[in-house]
Amino acid sequence: MITIDGHKFRCRQSLWRYLKAEVLIVLAIALIIFAKDLLAQSGIRYIHQERSLYRNILVTEDSQRRCLRFTITSRSGQNQSCRYLDKPVELVFPYAKMTLSSLLVQSNPQRILIVGLGGGTLSDTYSQLFPEAEIMISEIDDAVVRVAQEYFGFQETDKISVDVGDARVFIKRAGLRGEKYDLVILDAFNGEYIPEHLMTVEFLEEVKRLLPDDGMVVANTFSTSRLYAAESNTYREVFGEIYNLRMSGTGNRVIIASIQSLPDTDLLESRAPAFRALLEPFGMDVTEYPRVMSKEVSWDTSERILTDQYSPANLLNN
Amino acid sequence: MNEKKFTHSRFQITLVLVLAFLSGFIIMAIELLGGRILAPYFGSSIFVWGSIITVFMLSLSIGYLCGGKLSLLKPDLRLYGSFFVGAAILLLPLVFAGNEIMEAVFLRIEDPRYGSLVVSMLLFFLPTAIMGMIAPYSVRLLVISTDGSGHVAGKLYFISTLGSALGTLATSFYLVLWFEVNQILITMCMALLCAGFVAIMTGIRNMQSQTIDLNDNAK
Repeated sequence: MITIDGHKFRCRQSLWRYLKAEVLIVLAIALIIFAKDLLAQSGIRYIHQERSLYRNILVTEDSQRRCLRFTITSRSGQNQSCRYLDKPVELVFPYAKMTLSSLLVQSNPQRILIVGLGGGTLSDTYSQLFPEAEIMISEIDDAVVRVAQEYFGFQETDKISVDVGDARVFIKRAGLRGEKYDLVILDAFNGEYIPEHLMTVEFLEEVKRLLPDDGMVVANTFSTSRLYAAESNTYREVFGEIYNLRMSGTGNRVIIASIQSLPDTDLLESRAPAFRALLEPFGMDVTEYPRVMSKEVSWDTSERILTDQYSPANLLNN
Repeated sequence: MNEKKFTHSRFQITLVLVLAFLSGFIIMAIELLGGRILAPYFGSSIFVWGSIITVFMLSLSIGYLCGGKLSLLKPDLRLYGSFFVGAAILLLPLVFAGNEIMEAVFLRIEDPRYGSLVVSMLLFFLPTAIMGMIAPYSVRLLVISTDGSGHVAGKLYFISTLGSALGTLATSFYLVLWFEVNQILITMCMALLCAGFVAIMTGIRNMQSQTIDLNDNAK
């Protein structure tokens, strides 16, 4: 008996050892499903979910807003793009408003290049502000373009076009063709993964080549980690002085850089009231923004500049 | 027959194992850096990785074939060492003319899929093919009997693939954080040169000692 019992015991043990991996996988899957249920209980509905070549794309909706997400984790900061259901024009994210406040620096862009489509918020906003402007969008993932069309009302028109492909390639070729853009918006950084070849001195030189004398670059990037310093140094290397926009309550910061030297905040403050009414529908009081703009170098200037040879952006962001 | 012919010196076994490890390490490190090198011209879309991996697989397969064929000749550490020296030399265009080559292809081929494929062929095919020759030739250098051949091959696959794993890990986790791409590549060229040099010197010494052995036996 004892030996049989002993034998049984050993059997059970070895079975566990045999199937350990399978059991753990099943548990992991159960956990993911459970986590999704938790989200559903908190009032978030999943409208669309797909796996593209580059990422997971999720469209979620709660009672107030519809959002685009590129990951499955439930952290609320992970939304790429959101629209209020009842007031679709109003901007949800501080970074979008900070981007828009760059109009105080250069007020009338007629050719605009946006890198990274997301839900199409920036493209829609600029096309409402400047109906005559030509807007070109470079987006790597055609699934994102489809989702933006289906769920966020994005449309290509005779003024708005999308190039599906890598932005570095698009910008290099545009430079060779001698194309110019008054405003280049870099918004291809989603926090989870950073395209490292879109952060280097060489890349920014190629962007600079697209700018006319009064041209401007606005980049939505990171405000923490070593990457903040490395990136700031890289922009300064190419453009000289930059405006750094930081607001509390957001992990994003916005960089404004231009070919000509940047106007002082005093001047921006005096310009702001004229823009107040224009930008009000987007849910912002632009007169508050010169206050968050700073030319001050508030980061570690010894952090290495990012180049095509040295660009460990994702490692620096840890 | 001298018994010495049926065994290898401990030094020679260690040397071949270390060199197999090194070649595995360097192959994967270069493959990973390849993505970084091509990105400024062709982006980091999935097909850029597709091009790089295709070319590496293709050149390794041809390297295996050629290395296997060369191993039919009398096994020779000097030839083995020359693979490493050859790989180091063939890597130099990547370091010193990489941008010029990529620029030329970028201007001629609009489609980044074929652009990246052509550039990968130009930059990586030859050095990777010659590094592919190392694996089958290492087997020949260490195999003594047909009975033990699978064991020897298994051990070599183990050590070179372990090298590949560590090459991937070290490059992607740390080396790109500490060094520039070209600094890493030049260091690897030097490592290959040193490895080749040691193998060639050992080969020459073996030849001399064999001649002495033969002379001794003749007496």
